[in-house]
Amino acid sequence: MSEIQVWTLVFVVLTFSVYIYVAYASRVSDTSGFYVAGGGIPAPANGAAIAADWMSAASFISMAGLIALAYNGYGGSAYLMGWTGGYVLLALLLAPYLRKFGKYTIPDFVGDRYNETARLIAVVCAIVVSLTYVVGQMAGVGVVFGRFLQVDTEVGVLIGMAIVLFYAVLGGMKGITWTQVCQYSVLIVAYLIPAVAISAKITDWPLPQVGFGQILAELEGLQSELGFGSYTDALTGSGQFNMFLLTATLMFGTAGLPHVIVRFYTAKNVRAARYSALWAIFFIALLYTTAPTVAAFAKYNILQTSSAGTLADQSWFDKWADVGLITGVDGGAIVDLNGNGAIDFAGSAGNEVLINNDILVLASPEIGGLPAPIVGLVAAGGLAAALSTASGLLLVISSAVANDVYHKRINPAAPEKRQLLVARISMAVAVLVAGWLGINPPGFAGQVVALAFGLAAASFFPILVLGIFWKKCTAAGAAAGMAVGLAITAAYFVWTLPSESAWFFLGKDPILDIAPVGFGFIGMLVNFAVTIVVSQFTTKPSATMQELVEEIRYPGRTDLVAKHAQGDV
Amino acid sequence: MSVLLAIWALVSFGAGIFFADALNNIEIGGFPLGFWFANQGSILVFVALIAIYVWRMDKLDKKYGIDVDDYEGEVHHS
Repeated sequence: MSEIQVWTLVFVVLTFSVYIYVAYASRVSDTSGFYVAGGGIPAPANGAAIAADWMSAASFISMAGLIALAYNGYGGSAYLMGWTGGYVLLALLLAPYLRKFGKYTIPDFVGDRYNETARLIAVVCAIVVSLTYVVGQMAGVGVVFGRFLQVDTEVGVLIGMAIVLFYAVLGGMKGITWTQVCQYSVLIVAYLIPAVAISAKITDWPLPQVGFGQILAELEGLQSELGFGSYTDALTGSGQFNMFLLTATLMFGTAGLPHVIVRFYTAKNVRAARYSALWAIFFIALLYTTAPTVAAFAKYNILQTSSAGTLADQSWFDKWADVGLITGVDGGAIVDLNGNGAIDFAGSAGNEVLINNDILVLASPEIGGLPAPIVGLVAAGGLAAALSTASGLLLVISSAVANDVYHKRINPAAPEKRQLLVARISMAVAVLVAGWLGINPPGFAGQVVALAFGLAAASFFPILVLGIFWKKCTAAGAAAGMAVGLAITAAYFVWTLPSESAWFFLGKDPILDIAPVGFGFIGMLVNFAVTIVVSQFTTKPSATMQELVEEIRYPGRTDLVAKHAQGDV
Repeated sequence: MSVLLAIWALVSFGAGIFFADALNNIEIGGFPLGFWFANQGSILVFVALIAIYVWRMDKLDKKYGIDVDDYEGEVHHS
């Protein structure tokens, strides 16, 4: 076992023992504790939990790689702006009002504000969005274990499944919340330490956000020397249009993510919900302003090594090549195609390697020549990010099945114990499905997650905003809007995604040049239009509901809001 | 709140995407400005926007004499 593997094992075992202990210590026995932690989590802790819940394997493992490799710098900013910008919408337009409504989950809000048909559609949307997203996490876990334990990705996913299942099923939301607070601490430390160390090493500026400005000019030089496009130039034409669509999709998708919204119910009160949102964006910004620096420094280091002709001599290069995450251009063995005696990583025809986006963050401490313990710490951080999000998503799935389908539709008389059992069983089933899809993922982690955001934007965002701000929005309108938004977006994915990824993808040319990851915004506009038009012609909500929707926006609590929260209306 | 949302759109879609090319002609601390807004600046502005919102809502609550206690007990335990 190499030094890096030993340290990885040490950090992974250490952090996992803490998570499992915390989950065990805060286990719950009633449904309120299981779904929303009994509403008793302080704001900074809730903020950290939101941040961990939301910063997934895509943020931690994939994002810097997307920026540096897939989007070559500037274009990757769509992810940075999209995932953080959606937070502003969530905090300003949705979270405080949904919290005041006093319902557990999105389907619960939809069922209450609209009707039971709309609730069922919302349940389906929540499950589809959450499952798509959870698959991305499982694939990320597979990458981490695959490299550091030198096991097959499949075995890595199985190990991850067992751990998620253990603490999510046992602890419910209360256990998950406190575990996520620990996971946030682990992941942020793991992300910041190597970034600071590399910045200090290369530029004399320990603050990477300032330091990476120092290397941009040199990075631009290397990029053009090796035939890559400019790192900092803005996009124009259809590139700019697609970047706008992708950014907007990620923003509105973030605001409609069911597992993030449920978080605001765990806050003690509306004021605490607002402060949770502030803490969360602060905690998220710490990682998100660092990610582009990790991207720039890693790209800079890789290009320097490639330019010096010593890429194949690096130990990190061999290790990742061994597990198949660095390959030749055709996906096979790495060959010196032009016979110049060196392996070249270049943006031109002379390129001889493909580097998987998902390895950049995990490999960056090794690439930057940092010591083994830091490499191990980053691996533990990646796992923390993936598992914290996976457990939050599983909770959404289980509460949708147990609360919205089983309790509300199938067996309203079911005792608390029975409901908890159904919740746990549905969670276990979801883990199995997610694990299977994680082993056979339809794309790399970042892309899968981007698709989930498209589905969330197209299904939830319009009907949540209209439900809060337009009292005449009708149940039929919302149901039709959600169904059409989800269907048209899913159809566009099936139409355009490469047919090699899954048997049901058609791999056709995009319509009007719209990239599939950016289509969610279009789906959302369609949803808005359908909801508004259908609402004009269908039965208006009851007078009480219209009054409630108005009063939800008054400061403080009116009698009606209070009564509704007690379940008396 | 509409002012906050206008700033939100202006910084991300405006400075970060549609005017990024023009802003890139200005360079500060090694960063072309449009690139900086897309990569860093927009995120910092978002944090500030939420901070201002939370602060404003707290003031509004005080103005209407709403105590934190008025909010308690809202979660409905079934």
